[in-house]
Amino acid sequence: MARETAIKKRSRTKSIWLRYRKNKLAMFGLVLLAILVLVAVFADFMLDYYKDAISMNMGERLQAPGRGHVFGTDAFGRDLFARIVFGTRISLFVGILTVAVALTFGAVIGATAGYYGGRVDNVLMRIMDVFLAIPSMLLAISIVAALGTGLFNLLIAMSISQIPRFARIVRSSILSIKGQEFIEAAAAYGTKDSRIILRHILPNAIGPIIVQATLTVGTTILTVSSLSFVGLGIQPPTPEWGSMLSEGKSKMRYFPHLVIFPGLAIMTAVLSLNLIGDGLRDALDPRLKN
Amino acid sequence: MYRYILKRIFMLIPVLLGISLIVFSIMSLTPGDPVRLMVGDSATNEEVQKIRDEMGLNDPFFVRYFRYVKNALQGDFGESYRSKVPVYNEIFARFPNTVQLAVWGTLFSILISLPIGVISAIKQYSFVDKASLVTALLLTSMPSFWLGLMLVLLFSLKLDLLPATGVDSWLHFVLPSITAAAPTVSILIRMTRSTMLEVIRQDYIRTARAKGATERIVVLRHALRNALLPIVTVIGINFGFLIGGAMIAETVFAIPGLGTLLISSVRMKDTPMVMASVLFVAILISFVNLVIDIVYGYIDPRIRSEYARH
Repeated sequence: MARETAIKKRSRTKSIWLRYRKNKLAMFGLVLLAILVLVAVFADFMLDYYKDAISMNMGERLQAPGRGHVFGTDAFGRDLFARIVFGTRISLFVGILTVAVALTFGAVIGATAGYYGGRVDNVLMRIMDVFLAIPSMLLAISIVAALGTGLFNLLIAMSISQIPRFARIVRSSILSIKGQEFIEAAAAYGTKDSRIILRHILPNAIGPIIVQATLTVGTTILTVSSLSFVGLGIQPPTPEWGSMLSEGKSKMRYFPHLVIFPGLAIMTAVLSLNLIGDGLRDALDPRLKN
Repeated sequence: MYRYILKRIFMLIPVLLGISLIVFSIMSLTPGDPVRLMVGDSATNEEVQKIRDEMGLNDPFFVRYFRYVKNALQGDFGESYRSKVPVYNEIFARFPNTVQLAVWGTLFSILISLPIGVISAIKQYSFVDKASLVTALLLTSMPSFWLGLMLVLLFSLKLDLLPATGVDSWLHFVLPSITAAAPTVSILIRMTRSTMLEVIRQDYIRTARAKGATERIVVLRHALRNALLPIVTVIGINFGFLIGGAMIAETVFAIPGLGTLLISSVRMKDTPMVMASVLFVAILISFVNLVIDIVYGYIDPRIRSEYARH
């Protein structure tokens, strides 16, 4: 019995991977993301954070892209390429951590609502519905208004605004599995509720959750850059892509490189995540593909 | 039909109350004393406490909340902590600009995405289909405000065709509307395409073709009409998203709307202004969803008949 499930499990993951691998766009996304992650992790080996990305160098301000500075320099003479490289670290960090936090809380709420049903479900989901009625951007701005700007507060604001979405998706995944016989069997065996949810239901319902998580990392990066752009997110001189765009905006007529490159960086990151998310969705459930 | 519309309107009440409660709670959690912010550091603690008592800030949470709701229902949203003028005045001066941006953005996204989505579906895997999917993918992946900056760079600064800032004529709304609509366009193209693909494989489409209807009639009257229902729903769901984008677009194009008001009020910790801006954006969104629900009732005969019989 145990050996059989082990074999079956491996073949399922493997078949998903085989389907994923055939999707060229999805593979492209995966390679793109891998490069970004490597850049984020090994940024310190190529560049010095304070020397290249933070400290001003008025002698070299506003240089066009060229030799010495591939992406040019900004109004304070800082190398744009170095700032974008360190920006990768910030964006990926905020995106992934936000999703991790939102997913954890969302999963607890969604699992509780879905598994116990009845009044618990009703109360929890109505609360989530009201949160969902507020656009996540608006909710994030309200929370930033209360807590103030900065990296940590931004993380809290972004996480809270994403919890309802995850709660909903976890709940519906759980509902689709809950009625099946093997869950009934586990319950009849006297398995604890938490174990049933964590060991029996979630592994079988994880597909749509992973897809949603991947796509949400992308939207979080977009929202964070928007908030930083309007001055409510990560503050300068931290090299966040959105705040770099905000700094470059006033000089873009004569120095368009200030706004072109940070934007392309955001697009690359989000595009890679969207490609992976779409690829995963098709690989997990080939029937959905049209 | 009236019953249906009435029911939708009543359903708005708990939603708006819920939203106001959430925003009010968030604002009450704000660290820092608004009175201290108003009077400065020179006032003594006793003076601050006295003003807090006068403003009712020391009352229990729910007392304050119900007072806020009661006043808000009478059109009183308090005074701005900064300018001391009623919040209402500022909101109403700016509300039309945001509404205009939202309406143009929505219309624009529909006018662009519906034809593209329909053509993609009936010519599946053609060049047009692939190009539109790539466009949709790129549009979802770029921050809309960045698209706005690029549009300004091209159409205002280089080609000098359209104004980059201001609200003086409809021309001023062209670039901001495109910016606000961009994320919705990508979602709608995908949605229209996939819904149409599903619909054109149905039996009744084959029947329509078999009885000799022209392709035009088949696509527009038989397929698109049935595909419209989910598309309209998606437009409604995404309106909040569009508003989020519009608020950021206001900053890019220096439009005096609710978005720029909200953002500057957040920066200045002007709590009554933040509360009211958020509430008005929420009301706008709820109102649009109400309209969508009513439109839905009209285009879906099943809903119409359900309410007509009673």
